Parts: sequence; structure tokens; C-alpha cells
Amino acid sequence: MSVLVYAESSEGKFKKVALEATSYGKKVAEQLGTNLVVLTINVDDTSALNAYGTEKIISVQNDALQNLNSKIVADIINQVAKKENSEVIIIDSSTNGISLAPMVAVYLNAGYASNVMAAPSNTNPFTVKRKAFSSKAFNHTEIKTQVKVIGLAKNSFGLVVNETNATTEKFSPSLLESSIAVASIDKTVGKVTISDADIVVSGGRGLKGPENWGMVEELAEVLGAATACSKPVSDLGWRPHSEHVGQTGKPVSSNLYIALGISGAIQHLAGVNSSKVKVVVNTDAEAPFFKAADYGVVGDAFEVVPKLIEKLKKFKSSNA
Amino acid sequence: MKILVCISHVPDTTSKINFIEGDTKFDSNGVQFVINPYDEFALTRAMWFKEKQGATVTVINVGNAVTEPTLRKALAIGADDAIRVNAEATDGFFVAKQLAEVVKNGDYDIILAGKESIDYNGGMVPSMLAAILDYNFVNACVGLDVEDNSATIQREIDGGKKTLTANLPLIIGGQKGLVEEKDLRIPNMRGIMMARKKPLTVVEAVDFEATTVSASFEKPVQKGACKMVDADNLDELISLLHNEAKVI
Ligand SMILES: Cc1cc2nc3c(=O)[nH]c(=O)nc-3n(C[C@H](O)[C@H](O)[C@H](O)COP(=O)(O)OP(=O)(O)OC[C@H]3O[C@@H](n4cnc5c(N)ncnc54)[C@H](O)[C@@H]3O)c2cc1C
Repeated sequence: MSVLVYAESSEGKFKKVALEATSYGKKVAEQLGTNLVVLTINVDDTSALNAYGTEKIISVQNDALQNLNSKIVADIINQVAKKENSEVIIIDSSTNGISLAPMVAVYLNAGYASNVMAAPSNTNPFTVKRKAFSSKAFNHTEIKTQVKVIGLAKNSFGLVVNETNATTEKFSPSLLESSIAVASIDKTVGKVTISDADIVVSGGRGLKGPENWGMVEELAEVLGAATACSKPVSDLGWRPHSEHVGQTGKPVSSNLYIALGISGAIQHLAGVNSSKVKVVVNTDAEAPFFKAADYGVVGDAFEVVPKLIEKLKKFKSSNA
Repeated sequence: MKILVCISHVPDTTSKINFIEGDTKFDSNGVQFVINPYDEFALTRAMWFKEKQGATVTVINVGNAVTEPTLRKALAIGADDAIRVNAEATDGFFVAKQLAEVVKNGDYDIILAGKESIDYNGGMVPSMLAAILDYNFVNACVGLDVEDNSATIQREIDGGKKTLTANLPLIIGGQKGLVEEKDLRIPNMRGIMMARKKPLTVVEAVDFEATTVSASFEKPVQKGACKMVDADNLDELISLLHNEAKVI
């Protein structure tokens, strides 16, 4: 028996969500009294995994896997799970993770719970707590099958240090055929993405127009944050759809979410509520966002934001 | 071109989320149900293929009879016919199994679904369907064009976009971008009248043992009051974020 984590990487480096999934995997392995096995694809230096409780690393190196296709990766996880006799398979909630985890469940005939936010509350019946109704509620789900697949919600379990000395085994999986071809990839380099960000700075219709986003970007840069927006802002074409957060956009579960000129409609809050700390800046003291926020400033974003940027720059340089 | 659009029947986004029977069941009392917003993007793109490329569009839902008004709404928007698989949609794996049965016998070129439904947020139906049938699959789709037997697809990735090509048949998990918000359609009177006459076929479910069971629900704890900071005292905000919240 074992617990298997697929540790997703990008350009040979583990994403933070991969280390979180590893921490979570260690906890589940302890609960089940078994070992943690971590699968990596095209990562040369896997030492980062040692800090989070990994006992065995299965390392796959194959240039054909540069453009990870969900089906092919899902099948590799399937092969490793069978080989390692894994009873629980844990996959993070990155864009890739959420596409391939359900496939792994089908291949292994396993029950699958997505958006899981805590260690199993019980291992028999195997019960996990997951987010539902866009974080307006939680659901306790029992997974009935012998093999179980868990999709771990981002920033829910955190990183838990647990030094180990992992052994590494190389593995050459067979690769499924796929007739999906990649024609081009258009990726912004050097920009923090909403899904990776610890801090997200978000602007709403209160910012009046796309020409005013300079200050949002500057604030984000000072904080090392990603930029986001409310739905109407992306519908109006002020910002790209990829920045739309909320119930019908991206979910945000960062450590800090800063809302500028956003009223706090139920659909917006549903998607951002699982951020740990929320700050709102709004001219209207009655805006519903104040009920959901931890810290609020009643004020004009056009005055508050530039001041905040200056003060944060000073703070950062004195705390560097 | 034959298109199947998977339609999930979900509470309207403004619904109060409450539970009954010892927090084991969603309280649908007074709740208005709608086409899942992500599925609505998929349906709207399907209508475009119908009008510009002569596609036929079938909509499908796995659910009991209460979901029929939602299917009728999809017919009123312009789908040609509807299928309801008569079963309680207990979990995503069950739904995918049921859809797979219909797809196997239906000869569809494209199966469009939303990337997730906004009630249980499982985000698993289209990819499970693809895995069961071994069809080509692209998730987080923000653009789809079809010519002859091949599709060009834009897929959102973390930090950008990928353009892919794939042969049909193809399964898509769609989101906004597939169409724009302004393209969404509200059924008109004529559409609603016509929808009443369009075929809605009910098929029985195949057996599939539940892989997961919902045990209970819980609501988030009410959070404490918001600490207000004066707009002229932003140093305090920085200090709170640093010392109290420890997030900067
Ligand atoms: C089916 C459905 C799904 C939806 N999904 C989403 C979703 O996923 N995400 C989402 O965001 N919305 C969603 N919405 C839309 C949502 O209902 C709101 O309309 C939207 O969130 C409002 O955006 P906003 O706060 O930017 O704009 P508004 O509601 O117009 O708010 C602007 C705010 O800015 C403040 N303001 C004005 N000037 C200033 C200034 N100078 N400085 C500071 N503050 C200022 C105002 O007081 C106001 O509170 C959805 C709606 C529906 C029907």
C-alpha cells in the first residue's frame, strides 16, 4: 500500500501547490500507516520534496512530455499508482491538475473528490471535507472505493515541514497516443498568475476605465501580487477574461486579497471568500464587501492607492 | 455536424444556500434553478455552429423530472432536441457514466460541457467522459472553431493560452471566452412556444454503483467584523497587515 502524490512542475521546478500536495500526502500516509510516494515528471533536482515528508520519488524523464497532455499524464499516474499499489492518489488544483485528476479516477475506477480542503476526518469510511457552492458551503464526502483520488484545493492545507531522506527510482512509462497537437503557446513571462499568487490585487467598475489600471499594476508589483478584476470589468473589455474572478470566473484562495472599487456582489464574494485576509477600498461605506472583509478603508481608490503604493515601497525597503 | 451540449441544472447564483434534514440535503425551497453559467457559454457557442455551419444541437441532462424546465429553456434558446437521463445526479462519476452511454450510441462530433457546475463544483464530468470513451478532450476552453473533421481550440493555461488542434470527435470543458457575455441569449416568446413542441426524450439510467456519497454539509463560520482604517492613516493598514494578519 502507499499514498501517491503527483508533484506538478513547470520548467523543471515544483510549483508551490505541488509541495502543498506533498505535505498533505504525508499526513494521509501517516493516517493510513503507510508510505508516501511522489511522482515527478522532467524535474532534475527533486531535493525540495525531502522537506515535506517524501519517502520515495518516482522520477520520469522524457522529452516527449514537454507539453503535458492531460490524458498522457493521467495514464502515467495510473501506471505508477498500480505499480506502487497506491490506495490514495493526490493531485493539486492547478489548471492541469483539475483536468487530469478525473481521468486518473476513471482509469483506476476510483471515487474522486475535488476541492478538498482538509486531511480526511475519518479513514473508514474515508471522509474528506470539500468546498461546494463556490465556497458558500462545505461538503463532507465519503469515498467508497478502495482506491481514492483527491483533488487538493489550493492554499488549504499549507506547507508542513517534515524532513526525510527520499530514495529515487527512475521510471519509463509507456505513453498513450494522442491526436491533440499544440500549435502555439502564448505565455506571459515574469508575471504572477492568479493561481500561483499569495497576494491578489483586484479592481472593479469603481476604477472607471482601463486607463486607470496603472496604479493597480503598480500596487501588485510592489506586493509581488497577481492582478484580477470583477466580472463587468472583463465583460467591458477593460481587462482580459483570464483576470475575471468570482463564482463564474477564477476562484481565489490567496493569503491576501485586495479589492479596489468592487461592490462585493454575492457572485464576486463567492469566488474570493476563501482568501485568508481580505482588504476593501470603496467610497461607499455601505458596500456589501465591508461585511466580508477583514480590513476596510472608506475612501476614493484614486487617492488611497497611490498613497498606499508609496507607503508600501517605504515599508518594503525598510523591511528588506 | 452533430453537437451534444451537457446541461447542469443549478441554483441561481444569488440563491441562499441552506441545508435540511440534519444538514444532509440542499434546501431547494424558494430557489430558482438555471442553466449552469459555464454550460450556457457552451450552449451559446453551439448555437453559433448551428446558425453558421448547419450543426444540429442536442442538449442533455442527467437528473430527475424537476430539471425539465431547464432543458426546455435550452430548447427555447434554440437547441433542436433534448435528452434527460432519468436519475438523481448523485456524483460526477455517475453522471459521466450515464452521458457515456448516450454518446456511444449518438455519433456526436462535439460534446460541449462547462468546465464545472456552480453547485457542487466537481469539475469532473467532461474529463471523466473523455477518459471513459477515450475521446480527445480539452478543458478550460476559451475558443473553438471547426472545419471539416478538425478543430482549432484555445485553452487557458496558468499564465497564458495554448492553441491546439484536434480531430473530431472532441469533448470540450468550456468557460467564458468561448463566447462573450454579450452573446448570451435570453429566450424570446417564439423560442419558448417552439420549445414546447421540440422532442424531449427520457431515457433510463444504467446501473453504476456510487463511488462517493455526500454525508453532510456545513456552512462557513460567520467571520468577525471588518476593522476599519482611516483613509488618512494607511500606515496603520500596513502595520495591521504585517503584524496582525502577517500577510505582507
Ligand atoms: C450569473 C451571474 C454570475 C456572476 N458572476 C460573477 C463573478 O464571477 N464575478 C464577479 O465579480 N461578478 C459576477 N457577477 C456580477 C455581479 O453580480 C456584480 O454585478 C459585479 O461583481 C459588480 O462588479 P463591481 O463590483 O466591479 O461593480 P459595481 O457593482 O458597479 O461596484 C463598483 C463599486 O465601486 C465603488 N466605487 C466607485 N468609485 C470608486 C472610487 N473612486 N474608489 C473606490 N470605490 C469606488 C462603488 O461604491 C461600488 O461599490 C455575476 C452576475 C451574474 C448574474
